[in-house]
Amino acid sequence: MSEGVLRPTRVALVGNPNTGKTALFNALTGSRQKVANYAGVTVERKEGTLTTPAGRTLSVLDLPGTYSLRARSPDEAVTRDAVLGRLAGEHEPDVVLAVADATNLRLVLRLILELRAVGRPMVLALNMYDIAQRQGLRIDLDGLSRELGCPIVTTVATRKRGIDDLTAKVDELLAAGALAGANTWREPTAAEIRGAHREAQRILKTYVRPPERPDTVTGKVDAVLLHPVAGLAILLGLLFLMFQAVFTWAGPPADAIEAGVGWLGAQAANLLPDGLLESLIVDGLFAGVGSVLVFLPQILVLFLFIILLEDFGYMARAAFLMDRIMGGAGLHGRAFIPLLSSFACAIPGIMSARVIDQKRDRMTTILVAPLMTCSARIPVYTLIIAAFIPDRTVGPGLNLQGLVMFGLYAAGIASALAVSFVIRKVFWRGAVEPFLMELPTYKLPSAENVLRNLLQRAQIFLSRAGRIILPLMVLVWVLSTFPAPPAGAIGPAIDYSFAGMIGHAIQPLFAPIGFNWQMVVALIPGFAAREVAVAALGTVYAIGDAEANVGALGARLAESWSLATGLSFLAWYIFAPQCVATLGVVKRETNSWGWMGVMFLYMVTLAYLASFLVYHTAVALGAG
Amino acid sequence: MHDMAAEARGGADAVLAGSVSLSTVQPGDRGVIVEVRADQSGGHGVDESELERRLLEFGFVEGARVELLHQGLIKGDPIAVRVDDMRVALRRRDAQHVWVRIERPEDAAR
Repeated sequence: MSEGVLRPTRVALVGNPNTGKTALFNALTGSRQKVANYAGVTVERKEGTLTTPAGRTLSVLDLPGTYSLRARSPDEAVTRDAVLGRLAGEHEPDVVLAVADATNLRLVLRLILELRAVGRPMVLALNMYDIAQRQGLRIDLDGLSRELGCPIVTTVATRKRGIDDLTAKVDELLAAGALAGANTWREPTAAEIRGAHREAQRILKTYVRPPERPDTVTGKVDAVLLHPVAGLAILLGLLFLMFQAVFTWAGPPADAIEAGVGWLGAQAANLLPDGLLESLIVDGLFAGVGSVLVFLPQILVLFLFIILLEDFGYMARAAFLMDRIMGGAGLHGRAFIPLLSSFACAIPGIMSARVIDQKRDRMTTILVAPLMTCSARIPVYTLIIAAFIPDRTVGPGLNLQGLVMFGLYAAGIASALAVSFVIRKVFWRGAVEPFLMELPTYKLPSAENVLRNLLQRAQIFLSRAGRIILPLMVLVWVLSTFPAPPAGAIGPAIDYSFAGMIGHAIQPLFAPIGFNWQMVVALIPGFAAREVAVAALGTVYAIGDAEANVGALGARLAESWSLATGLSFLAWYIFAPQCVATLGVVKRETNSWGWMGVMFLYMVTLAYLASFLVYHTAVALGAG
Repeated sequence: MHDMAAEARGGADAVLAGSVSLSTVQPGDRGVIVEVRADQSGGHGVDESELERRLLEFGFVEGARVELLHQGLIKGDPIAVRVDDMRVALRRRDAQHVWVRIERPEDAAR
């Protein structure tokens, strides 16, 4: 009993997708929100608090949107379990706040009938009520409220209308001592769903008069955006714009962050005495923090696009247009955004795989995303191509170097499609999930909601991905720094470090693919990020400031590597998981070291096989 | 409508005789759902009763009015369907379990 006084009243927001549930959550709780994950699953848990007019503290949980308490995806399972009070570490809600799009009541009425069976006190928020009024839709609120046995409040979440009414109704409900009834919910059979539809249909007929001016905009816009040819052309144009934006808009701030962190590192280096501590702070911590922050602009730009497209209602259309095209390789229609963004960087790409709700489809997408050629591979490709591929024309407008670069990109795409095909056909055979998706009406996104959502993305990346990436970066630093070279040593310092030792020790493994020990040693710091391999090669070949002096390094490589070795190195970089940040994000997004391990192993295996094939083919052709 | 559905489930092919599967419908076609029954194996990742329930939950229920709005470029797949007052996208392979009595303008004219 006393528990009720001590703890805040728990309110759970439940509703169909696209009903403005999150906008309502934002309007209710403002900035008093916490985003975390539910224990043991990768589903996002959004909780916020507010104080009601009567002075009660409410703790509001924004549950994933669903059409039924019968869960079809991990997100929906969370909604079901939270409502039923079955979720580990969560209490059952004191009040269920059902959220409905006032212009689209049919399906949500059926969900409300299910929620009623759960027996929790309930309030229904008819959201987007302004649109309903504009359409001339008439709802008998009193009648509907009597019929459903719960208070009804009309809201316009994006304009914060009806929010006080809503909290006042929750107060009233609690003050009246509304208690939870018996929970009689169980998974409905098909016949019961049909029955509930009939019931919902009857309720609709009795209390809702259809709109006098139904929405015609969505139909007209769809005639263009879903047109088989024009629609695809517009989608490709949008994707091109997005890809460009991730590259160009994110470039300057990323450079500024890099320069800023570098400058801070230099200041720290001046303050600190030379030695290990300085190296740890400058080369380990500052470089580590920098390597996390540098991804932030790309993530923000990409998610800005994704959130806008989602809020407009376009994302479902894009998935519709791409489904068949992606489906040939066993990928979901929604996988195109993550895969496209992976051309800039696999990290935002993997994070955006959240738009796919089926677990298997999402895993497949995450697993193949790093095969898309990310921008960090470009410096490595440029270096090796400049060193080994002659700069000559092989046809009208065809430059051999450009052709090789194109080939590397094409190899990445082809292998991503092939791997996802194999995953679907071999490992998850026959498990094609039904593809059913509501195409919501188009709506103008609200700036505040977009911004809040974007900031949450940034916070999630920094606080949680950073927590994994940073220690891994420090580990790479430790490996390349310790032990220090003995006094009077002549070779590069890295040669004496653990990285050097590991490199020498495992070099025999790499001999069959034509790698010398310098390359293997450079691969280890290269795990920090792909482009670091350029600097690392510079270090082992003792070329000062290799990134600024690519020409000298290239010339050096050209004289010490055979062509076969150079090509083998390129093949390695198409596939190898040479990026701890990506691995860290995979661990974070799949909530599993196992999936991270699977990705690491399959990519290393592919890289080795590809390099082996390329090296021996080249040797056989006389390029050894 | 619902009596018809009950009859159809009872195996009265007379009801289905005038109906076609939603998976064969062309853009512009409209009609009424007479039967939702996922009973043959279609190689779905979920069992048939599950697919049937998902279709029902998205509003594909006997008596609902449907209109095929758009279709994809390759083999006309997937399809965008208006179901009563909402729009749903689905693949034709999942739509094959929804049976529709088509009302064509030329039928009315005849």
